[in-house]
Amino acid sequence: MLDNSRDLFPIFSAGAGKNLAYLDNAASTQKPTVVLEQMDKFYRTSYANVHRGLYKLAENATTEYEAAREIVRKFINAKKDSEIIFTRNTNASLNLVAQSYCQQLAPGDEILLTEMEHHANLVPWQQMAQRYKLKVRYLPITTEGRLDEKKYDDYFNSRTRVVSLTAMSNVLGTVPVLEPLIARAKAARSRVIIDAAQAVAHFPVDVQKLGIDALAFSGHKIFGPTGIGVLYGQEEFLNAIPPFEYGSNMIDQVTYEAATWSPLPTKFEAGTPPIAEVIGLGAALEFIKRLGWPVICQHEADLTAYGLSVLLKVKSLKIIGPHTPENRGPIFAFTVDGVHPHDLASVLDSVEVAVRSGHHCALPLHSKFGLTASTRASFTIYNTKQEIDRLVEGIKQTQKLFS
Amino acid sequence: MDLYQQNILDHYKNPRHHGLLPNATGRGEASNLACGDAVNFQVKLAKDKITAIAWSGQGCVLSQAAASLLAENVIGKKREMVSKYNNETMIKLLEITPGPNRLRCALLSLDALKKALQICG
Ligand SMILES: Cc1ncc(COP(=O)(O)O)c(C=O)c1O
Repeated sequence: MLDNSRDLFPIFSAGAGKNLAYLDNAASTQKPTVVLEQMDKFYRTSYANVHRGLYKLAENATTEYEAAREIVRKFINAKKDSEIIFTRNTNASLNLVAQSYCQQLAPGDEILLTEMEHHANLVPWQQMAQRYKLKVRYLPITTEGRLDEKKYDDYFNSRTRVVSLTAMSNVLGTVPVLEPLIARAKAARSRVIIDAAQAVAHFPVDVQKLGIDALAFSGHKIFGPTGIGVLYGQEEFLNAIPPFEYGSNMIDQVTYEAATWSPLPTKFEAGTPPIAEVIGLGAALEFIKRLGWPVICQHEADLTAYGLSVLLKVKSLKIIGPHTPENRGPIFAFTVDGVHPHDLASVLDSVEVAVRSGHHCALPLHSKFGLTASTRASFTIYNTKQEIDRLVEGIKQTQKLFS
Repeated sequence: MDLYQQNILDHYKNPRHHGLLPNATGRGEASNLACGDAVNFQVKLAKDKITAIAWSGQGCVLSQAAASLLAENVIGKKREMVSKYNNETMIKLLEITPGPNRLRCALLSLDALKKALQICG
C-alpha cells in the first residue's frame, strides 16, 4: 500500500534522488511535499514572531504555532499541551533533561543507561555524572543485541535516580520492551526518560500508557524539517526541575536583581523558537496520521522480515543486531569480511544505493562488538523490497571487486 | 565506480613501500577514530632528501591506496617540496576527486607523512 509513497517526496520525483535507493533513514528522512508546502506557505502568507505582537498577523502565527503543539501532544498522547517543549533536536532535549535534573541529585546517585545508547543519550549523562559525582551504569546487551533481561534486577537499587534508554536502537534495530524496565524504575522511585528519536518514526508511542517522565525526539527523522526537536515532560517533572536556558520568553518577572520563570511550556523555550519548523513538524505528524500506523507498521514488518532473510544469506556478511524480526525494526547494521564499510558505501553509492558507514554515533556499542565501523541500511515508508534486492546486489558486486 | 579505478585497486592490492623501516629517522602516525583508518609512515632523510620510506596501516581502500601512491611519489624528493603538498596534490595523485567526507580517508596518509617529516600543519 505504501509502495507508491515515494511519489509524495519531491526529492524522488524531481530531485537528485530520482533513481536513488535512499537507505539512510535512521540518519534523517526525506521530506514530503505537504511539509515543504506548509512551511513555504507560512513564510509567504502568515509569518510573524510568536507570543509577542498584538496585531492580527502575529496572533495568527501564534495560533498556528500552538496548533502544532497540540498535534504533537496528540501524536504521543500527552495529557496537556504544556507538557510539549520545542527544542532543536533529540540532543538538545536530552541535554535539557540531563543538565536540569542532575543538579538536584546527590553524589553517589545512579543513572542507568543501556549499552546500546546513541551518544546523544550517553555523553550528556556521563558529563553530569562527572560534574555531580554521580554513577553511570549500563544495562548489558546480549550477543544478539537485545537487552539482557536476566540481569535487570542487578541494576536497580535505592540509588537509581534516572533510567534513560532508547525505544529503538539506531544501530541494532532492536526495540526493547520498555514496560518491565519502567516498572522496576518506578519501584526504585527513579525517573524514566525515553530516547524516541528512532521509535517515533516506526510505531506509535503513548507516553501516558508508558507512564514515563520524559521523552525526546527530532523532527528531521520523522519527515519533518531539521532544527526542531521535542521534549515531552510529564507536568510534575517539568515543574520540579529548573530551567535550562535563561533569557527572553521564559521569564515571568524580571528586575535588575532577579527573575522568575514563566509557566510551562515557555519556562523551557527561551528566545524566538524555530516557528516555521514547528509548523513543518506539525505537518509531518499529520502526514503520518493520514498514512496510518497499521499500514506503516505492516509495511515495515514486511521490509524487516525480507531484509533479514536476504541479508543473512549473503556470504561473509554479519548483521550486528537481532537476526529474528520480533521486537526489531528495519535498521540493519552489518559488516562484510574483507571490505571496509567506507568502500562498501562508496561502491553502493556508485550504483545509487545510499547507506551509512561509520559508528553511527554509537562508539561504545561498536567497541563492545569489537568493531570500529559498520555499514548501515535503514528503511522507512517509501522503501521497497526491490531496494533491498539492489542493496544485496551491490554488496555482491563490491565483494567481487575487492576479491 | 570511478573511485575504484584500476590504479587505486592496484595500489590497494599490491601496496608499494609497505612494511617497516628499522633505521628510520622519522615516524608519523595519523588515524581517524570515526572509522578506524590508520596510517603510519617511516622515513629516512639524508641531506633533507627522502632516501627510504615505508608505511603500514589499516582501513578502507582509499586510505591505503593513497598511502602507497604517496610513498611512491615522494621517495627521492626533498623534504621542503613535500611540505607544499596539500589536498590538491592528493587528488592529483589519486586521479579522482572524492567527496569532502571521503577525501578525509585519502588525506590521512599525507597527515602521517608530514608528521614523520616533522612538517607542521
Ligand atoms: C536513537 C537516537 N538518539 C538520538 C539521536 C540524535 O538525534 P539528533 O541528531 O536529531 O539530535 C539519534 C539520531 O542521530 C538517534 O538515532
